[in-house]
Amino acid sequence: MYALRDKYALAGIGWTAFSKNSGRTVRSLASEACIKATADAGLKVSDIDGIVSYNFGDSAPAIAVATEIGVPQAGYAVDFQSGGNAANLIILSAVAAIEAGLAKNVLCYRAMNGRSGFRLGGGRDLSAYNITQYTAPFGWITYPQAMAMWCRRHMIEYGTSSEQLGEIAVQFRKNAALNERAMQRTPITMDDYYNSRMIVDPFHMLDICLETDGACAVLVTSADRAKDMKHKPIHIMGGAYGGGPNQGEDLFDAIRWPDHAHNYAPYIADDLWKSAGVGPQDIDIAQIYDCFTYSIVMQLEGFGFCKPGEGGPFVQGGRIAPTGALPLNTAGGLLSEGYIHGLNHVVEAVQQLRGDAGARQVPDVEICLTTAGAMTCGSALVLRN
Amino acid sequence: MSYDKPLPVLDPESTPFWEACRGHRLKIVKCGDCGQLRFPPTSFCPNCNSNCVEWVEASGKGTVFSWIVVRHPVPKDVYAGDVPYVVALVTLEEGVRMPTNIVGCAPEDVTASMPVAVQFRDVTPEITLPVFAPA
Repeated sequence: MYALRDKYALAGIGWTAFSKNSGRTVRSLASEACIKATADAGLKVSDIDGIVSYNFGDSAPAIAVATEIGVPQAGYAVDFQSGGNAANLIILSAVAAIEAGLAKNVLCYRAMNGRSGFRLGGGRDLSAYNITQYTAPFGWITYPQAMAMWCRRHMIEYGTSSEQLGEIAVQFRKNAALNERAMQRTPITMDDYYNSRMIVDPFHMLDICLETDGACAVLVTSADRAKDMKHKPIHIMGGAYGGGPNQGEDLFDAIRWPDHAHNYAPYIADDLWKSAGVGPQDIDIAQIYDCFTYSIVMQLEGFGFCKPGEGGPFVQGGRIAPTGALPLNTAGGLLSEGYIHGLNHVVEAVQQLRGDAGARQVPDVEICLTTAGAMTCGSALVLRN
Repeated sequence: MSYDKPLPVLDPESTPFWEACRGHRLKIVKCGDCGQLRFPPTSFCPNCNSNCVEWVEASGKGTVFSWIVVRHPVPKDVYAGDVPYVVALVTLEEGVRMPTNIVGCAPEDVTASMPVAVQFRDVTPEITLPVFAPA
């Protein structure tokens, strides 16, 4: 269990424009976000001595970015071969590296040409080896197709409905309208949701996140050092990563998963809350990984905001709006802000905790949950100002 | 026209499974020591870590655990002629789960826990896919 409560902090954030066609190399996107996060912390690149990222072979290696921006010596430079579940894990690994003395100021980034380059959601290559030899030959290929299988199971067990999923999509689009960074800012109605194309039953087009060219970066350092930097430190209270004994062989592999109505969240919730010393009742706002509308439902249940099966009703009636009891995905989320593979949730968390979120600022935010991952594994952080 | 959909690339662990399918038999792995059944086939038992692999024939009967209806073809040129099609996780009588297609009924007629039975589709001279139809 994470045992370094409040000893580390997020001191800088940076991001590029989010677009459908950056016209740039992924490395240059990563470098821009990293340079901005460094400057945001009030540091120089010469102060950076660690860098970490995650990718599916669709990004620039950490050491290439370190080289482009002129990091003098990276004592920690690591690339996780991983999906969005690692968005918070890379931050925990940066903390571990600093605690071990490998580095002092670590940049964590995700960069991708997710629309104009390698499209994660559009299906992988059609080769069917290792675990995919049991999935792809049946036309089970894309992530929307993978997640729809989980969603159906929740509908079977609990009666979760498209109406509930649609409310999530509509609310996050409203949030995005207040976010100058968001790719989709035009409000949508429930009719728009129902009328959006059925991609893979039970998912409509508007259940599925965006595809984005862009990058985000976060600077991790000790809370002591962060005190002397440019902004008020955003402390890492607690964190956790995992998904139990049946995570399978890769992110698509849920063949052995016991119950597809529940995901990784219950496997890490206890460690997360114990490490942070708070519980779901203490969370002011949350940035929850929303590669699909439905992934919100499983995580609300798994992290204890409601009981198993009650995630559908929970999102109704304005509870997740900025004025509700638990504001979610205040920047619009992966569904409407953009898909920087979950790291944009951490950027938004820092902005909200600083009180720097402009028109979309939620009043009096002190503690924010960020989560990453939707299926068999994931990571989460509890952050405070 | 040649078959343009994904075909399994056999490996040492999976070859007995696909060879059995080619002979229109559905086989799964049974641990030779503790007896636990498993799918997909792997070299080591997650229960007792034995590498004693036995293959047993499954009954071919099961129930629908969950399913999706693919309506938007990906890749378009490969699946345009197949949509809508049903992909399901079927729980075999023996307890393990298997991804497959549900055939022999309209997508709207698939229901949770629906009893299904295996059928074999010879898609190429080398590869046969196990699909399931209402039983």
